[in-house]
Amino acid sequence: MTPTEYFQTGEPVAASSLQRPSLGFRLYHSLVEAPLSGQIGLIIILFYLFVIVLAPWLAPYGESTVVGGAFEPWGGSHLLGTDSLGRDIFSRLIYGARNTVGMTFLITVLTFVLGSSVGIIAAVLGGWIDQVVSRVVDILMAIPLLIFALLLLMIFGSSITAMILIVSFLESTRVFRLARAVSMNVVVMDYVEAARLRGEGLFWIVRREVLPNILAPLFAEFGLRFCFIFLLVSSLSFLGLGLQPPTADWGAMVRENAMLITFGKFTPLLPAAAIAVLTISVNLVVDWFLNKASGLSK
Amino acid sequence: MKQSDSKVANKDILQIRNLVIETDSQKKPKQLVKGVSLDLQPGEVLGVIGESGAGKSTIGLASLGYARDGCVIAGGEVIFNGTDILRLSEREKRTYRGRHIAYVAQSAAAAFNPAHKLIDQYVEAAVYHGVCSAAEARAEAVELYREMGLPEPETFGQRYPHQVSGGQLQRAMVATAMACRPDILVFDEPTTALDVTTQIEVLAAIRTTIRLHNTAALYITHDLAVVAQLANRIMVLRNGELVEEGDTRTLLEAPTEEYTRQLVSVRHLHKEASPAGTPVMTLSGLSAEYKRGVPVLKDVSVQVDLGRTVAIVGESGSGKSTLARVVTGLLPPIEGSVKLYEASLSPQLKHRDKDTLRRLQMIYQLPDTALNPRQKVEEIIGRPLQFYLGLQGADQQQRVKELLAMTYLDDSFMDSYPWQLSGGQKQRVCIARALAANPDIIICDEVTSALDQIVGEQILALLMELQRDLNMSYLFITHDLATVDAIADEVVVMQHGRVVEQGAKHEVFTPPHVDYTQRLLNSVPDMDPAWLDRVLAAD
Repeated sequence: MTPTEYFQTGEPVAASSLQRPSLGFRLYHSLVEAPLSGQIGLIIILFYLFVIVLAPWLAPYGESTVVGGAFEPWGGSHLLGTDSLGRDIFSRLIYGARNTVGMTFLITVLTFVLGSSVGIIAAVLGGWIDQVVSRVVDILMAIPLLIFALLLLMIFGSSITAMILIVSFLESTRVFRLARAVSMNVVVMDYVEAARLRGEGLFWIVRREVLPNILAPLFAEFGLRFCFIFLLVSSLSFLGLGLQPPTADWGAMVRENAMLITFGKFTPLLPAAAIAVLTISVNLVVDWFLNKASGLSK
Repeated sequence: MKQSDSKVANKDILQIRNLVIETDSQKKPKQLVKGVSLDLQPGEVLGVIGESGAGKSTIGLASLGYARDGCVIAGGEVIFNGTDILRLSEREKRTYRGRHIAYVAQSAAAAFNPAHKLIDQYVEAAVYHGVCSAAEARAEAVELYREMGLPEPETFGQRYPHQVSGGQLQRAMVATAMACRPDILVFDEPTTALDVTTQIEVLAAIRTTIRLHNTAALYITHDLAVVAQLANRIMVLRNGELVEEGDTRTLLEAPTEEYTRQLVSVRHLHKEASPAGTPVMTLSGLSAEYKRGVPVLKDVSVQVDLGRTVAIVGESGSGKSTLARVVTGLLPPIEGSVKLYEASLSPQLKHRDKDTLRRLQMIYQLPDTALNPRQKVEEIIGRPLQFYLGLQGADQQQRVKELLAMTYLDDSFMDSYPWQLSGGQKQRVCIARALAANPDIIICDEVTSALDQIVGEQILALLMELQRDLNMSYLFITHDLATVDAIADEVVVMQHGRVVEQGAKHEVFTPPHVDYTQRLLNSVPDMDPAWLDRVLAAD
């Protein structure tokens, strides 16, 4: 029998029936199919984005303008009252979204660029390079993150640039571990060996062979890491080492107005609540994506 | 079918009626098994055969009233001794599983718990079902181990799963399934993961045991020659439907359906040796080791001529895949050289230039892992064209289409991802990728062993056609001697990293043989129900 005869009697041809629908349709489709928790999370995140983008138009007053007396009560011309310096808390809450969320996003992106590229390279190269980098990361991870960050900020001074770099560097150790672990499962695949035998360079193997296959876990980690970094940045601000006054920042706002709590007011908790709601929403969306990626429909 | 229907119905120990199994999806359930019926009498062995996706494993599990995650039994009856198992509660089903119907999985290594001794895992089921006490079970285990020809039956059970060989473990697994003396055993490809030489031991042990205890069995496999040794009747499945059913001898000698005829005639490809020519690749005196002082290759010399195929044959662990790693430069040899035409190749992959790499291509055993799931077929085949030959845009696309046509794939596949293709189609994409580089020689590492037999045969036929058309040379690594007959001009038989015998195919395959070659040759199942008897008698 020649191959021609074989393939005529042979297997069903599947390709033509597998035309993919357009990207827009698929996005809409997966949105409608999403579980309620995921939809709620997404709506909240979109709301935050809306606030971030339109902050100057939404806020009734400037970010750091003194507009009234200290600690004015809720209502009237100041929706959520004023702080110790007489700044409008509602406006600062809106601007705070911009500063805190924006900076967190920047740090998270930096963390992932650094952590995943070094992680994948370590997995692809293997050998002593992998060993050295991994052990260094182990040492870095053995030191409690917050204390290490405080220490480094003390040494390098608490400028915004320093904080962004230091937090991204420290958090990237976590991403490194994940990226290296999932890449390890990919680099043993025959298609990576085939690329090596073809003579492909490191950059091609990292970018074209390995990265596309570990995007799902990295993406899930992005959401979680975003939350952790968010909390860390807020903690640092609360401790006075983050964004410096008079820039509005949710962590710092809690600290500035903390004394109001003793008077039975929960105004200082509002920025904390804003942090909590965003963190939970991000997690809801990440859960949804994880479920989708792992093929579990329920 | 007709024979069994005429018999008194309650004489059958197991009856499956119109079994329908679907994927567990709310919107579009896909039918995996489309109304299959079967009958099994006490002590009878029914072979269930078909390629992957035929639904044979699904039916096997359904006979225990079980469906894998993602599948649901949507209709039909599974009647064991008058009781419809499917209507029982989960708790009641459990009193049947292991006790009356037991299951032997494909991979014993994965089915045994590595942390417990074999005997403890044997005793577990018998005690759980209250068949006998632990002490009695232990005594019976020793008896079964002896029946199956396991070494030192008295103490064999004291070992942990990793302390015995693959063939022994598979036999221990059959013994464990026999613990409650079930009425029916379901075998799911029990020898597929084994070497041909170990396969015989396991087949013989299975046959002895089920005959001795008069156990009925469902024997699921894709290998018709294997099932012919055991089964009284065979049913052929395809795409979840029954193709043909009949007495083993009748089915082998006079199959009525075209598909069955293809299955029966498989393994009959034969290639006439072509004359020697210019040597393309010369391996001389290759030795290699992974760990210092533990050689895996010893003094291997092979020559591949233009337009010819050299087959490297041996069991797993014989060093044949290591040879491929040495040739490709992944594992630098400690001695010996690799020559492509006149030029000596650098032993290290990273010191070889692009053109050397281009001339030496490889096709892998598992097409699933050899293709990047995130790249479309066009990119997979286009990359070597761009990388080695600098083809871009329309030229590249044109060439990809030509390569697809050479491997009998449609243009429409360009836009597909590997997971949208069947196993055979994937392997053809791998072939097209290798051809894209215009290589001098292609190394084929067990390229058909992960495929169904009919599909595997198509791949071999394609490789041979390409050899004729392009005068391609192959270094073909395989453990299957039927494959060797189909493609090789020269054969190199390897054992423990050494070459045992080598030469032209007809010389190696004509007696007298070296012992090891003889054993390998004997181990290839014939499409003849008497083969196992013959081999066992000869030993």
